[in-house]
Amino acid sequence: MFDKAATYEALTSTRLTYEQKLVQLAKQAENGLDVLDIPPRTRHLMQTGAIHDLFEGHAPYRPRYTMPDYGLFMGQGSGFLNLAPPQSLDEALFALMILYRHVPSITSFPVYLGSLDKLLNPFLDGLSDQEIKKKLVLFCTYLDRTITDSFCHANIGPEDTRAGRLLLEVVATLRNAVPNLTLLYDPAITPDSLVEQAISASLVCSNPAICNHRANVDTYPCGYGISSCYNVLPLGGGGYTLTRLTLTRLVEDAKDIRHFLEELLPEGVACVGAYMNQRIRFLVEKSGFFQSSFLVQEGLLHQDRFLGMFGVTGLAEGVNALLKKRGLVYGRDEEANQLGLRILDTIQQQVGQLEAAYSPVYGGRFALHAQVGLDSDLGTTSGVRIPVGDEPEQFVDHLRHSGRYHRYFPAGVGDIFPIAGNVAQNPQALLDVVKGAFQEGMHYLSFYSVDTDLVRITGYLVKRSEMAKHQQGSPVLQNTTHLGAPNYTSNRLADRKVRMV
Amino acid sequence: MTAKAPVARIERLSTVDGPGARSVLFVQGCNLACAYCHNPETQRFCTHCGACVAGCPAQALALCHGQVAWQPERCVACGRCTEACPTYASPRVRWQTAEEALAQVLPARPFIRGITVSGGECTLYPGFLEALFLLAQGQGLGCLIDTNGAIPLWPYPRLMSLCQGVMLDVKAWDATQYQRLTGSAGNQVVLENLAWLQKAGKLAEVRLVVAPGWTDTEAALEGCGRMLAGDAASIPLKLIAFRPNGVRGPLKDCPSPTASQMQALRQQALALGFRDVRVV
Repeated sequence: MFDKAATYEALTSTRLTYEQKLVQLAKQAENGLDVLDIPPRTRHLMQTGAIHDLFEGHAPYRPRYTMPDYGLFMGQGSGFLNLAPPQSLDEALFALMILYRHVPSITSFPVYLGSLDKLLNPFLDGLSDQEIKKKLVLFCTYLDRTITDSFCHANIGPEDTRAGRLLLEVVATLRNAVPNLTLLYDPAITPDSLVEQAISASLVCSNPAICNHRANVDTYPCGYGISSCYNVLPLGGGGYTLTRLTLTRLVEDAKDIRHFLEELLPEGVACVGAYMNQRIRFLVEKSGFFQSSFLVQEGLLHQDRFLGMFGVTGLAEGVNALLKKRGLVYGRDEEANQLGLRILDTIQQQVGQLEAAYSPVYGGRFALHAQVGLDSDLGTTSGVRIPVGDEPEQFVDHLRHSGRYHRYFPAGVGDIFPIAGNVAQNPQALLDVVKGAFQEGMHYLSFYSVDTDLVRITGYLVKRSEMAKHQQGSPVLQNTTHLGAPNYTSNRLADRKVRMV
Repeated sequence: MTAKAPVARIERLSTVDGPGARSVLFVQGCNLACAYCHNPETQRFCTHCGACVAGCPAQALALCHGQVAWQPERCVACGRCTEACPTYASPRVRWQTAEEALAQVLPARPFIRGITVSGGECTLYPGFLEALFLLAQGQGLGCLIDTNGAIPLWPYPRLMSLCQGVMLDVKAWDATQYQRLTGSAGNQVVLENLAWLQKAGKLAEVRLVVAPGWTDTEAALEGCGRMLAGDAASIPLKLIAFRPNGVRGPLKDCPSPTASQMQALRQQALALGFRDVRVV
């Protein structure tokens, strides 16, 4: 149903930029359509908040996340865009800047910019470091000022390249919120010195995050990339849709643990699966995206490399609610942690039985994703994270905890740790921690220094200074600031336990 | 006989006690009484007077048969016991064998590259250190000693071969200055240790705490630079700004050096041939 009031409010707002208004008005138009068949029970669970479509809109007309094969584009150019394959660094950067403008996603911006080190490294011969960095500064500044949404991600690694190192230098100098950067790290391939450089950069500008390459490399037959605030998705494809099950809300109807595990969870899981299949079918069969997009026609995207992401969030509160009478707490008490694992085992088993439409890349199944949250989430902790305030006293215990839960989420899961400022003097210490964390089964982690302006909210970056501006009612360039500011406050992110003090 | 040492505290993940992430064991008891010591509760031993027992908010302390007994599982590490102690000692000390001490470190193993033993003064317990380092090496952990250097290290060749390196605290260069600061006669042994460690290739770091009016850092830098000569380039130097946190006694109100004072000392160190100079 067309929401006139919300449309008028967006249209006349003084807190939105023109571009932000345009996106919101498009969303209102989309939501005026009614093309998905949502059964009453699913509708009910959406009303209670147990199921959330993450504001994907009522009539999907592009996949939520697209992961174009930029390498192919660099080699062949684009007929649709009338671009020849680039021959120099200038041409390569220029070609990417043009293509990014045409890469759709749920945010209307590209959520994945490719492995920039591999894309750019072939063009560096004959140029000095200074010359290259000057060009990269312009390129990165362009990205930050035009992709005004920090659910956007570039990758580097696991191989060591000159381009990757120079990019890290530039990112640390510019200290932008866009793009997010992830270093794919494999101790057998990535030299320590590159990871140390990455860690040092992350203590200055909260970028890059570090991904356990070995734990992710075999997830899909076509390779993977990290997109948005961090999703692990097939290259040349992506995620059709992401719907989440919010355990915090689902547990409210639970009579006891057995009722929750044996009745509420299977029902909720089935509703999410059926709903995602509705979205996928409309997208594939009706929306026209895969029939008309030049990205598909030129081979940068393949419909058979997309999958549905099954989101789970609020495990901590779900567990705590079920054990409330006994006062046991997720992250602190082993029995609570065990229940968390039991819930995830149940979800994994049930989701593994659902048939996912048009998803051969993942064996016709949905891929679990630890969803990190919404600005409106109050008292729901991202994915399987430990709530702020309940963190284990010892950092090693926290990391071990994460290692036990990450393995359930092939489509993305991660933890964020604020680190004491003085660790910048000893980046090797964080390297040791990363090595240990990956040995213990963690898939993905990111750091920021307690002293920096850029902070990670749930996965994306926002500047504290921009949040202050937004809270005073001024328009701000990045719409993720709108999301980050309330989340930062309501989830007490400023009180996250600072590690390695 | 299995050597034991009084273990005051174990920090599983430290970033300031040598390269990389390390677990640090702090032992109790020191042969010096430095005026700027920021953990003076590790200097002396509990006399079992019981003055701390009543003030413990977690009932982690009890007086049993004339001995203060500490129950670690109850302790909330609030530090009130050391505040109440008339001798500034901590009752939270356990005499442990190397096996017992290492068992507390092992949960951190995948996240650390080694251990550092600090204090108090750890070289008071060479037998314990030797046993600990042997075990730690078996677990793939490198071992460092953090010492004030007031005990000669050359009589312990086996310990020195088991340890990767020694971080030496050169508190003052001038003997009188050293005496005033540490309450101990001359720094002759410290300087001999410095020379011996350099020759043995075991000098992992030289540390200088900078406390204006109390330390002769410029003279110490010059002295170290002269003594280490060509090796200075390869030996990490740490300049530590005095901070009054936790300090008791005459320096508790002493101001910290300014950032520009620290930078000037850093420049001096670089001019003397040190290359890896960190200011903390």
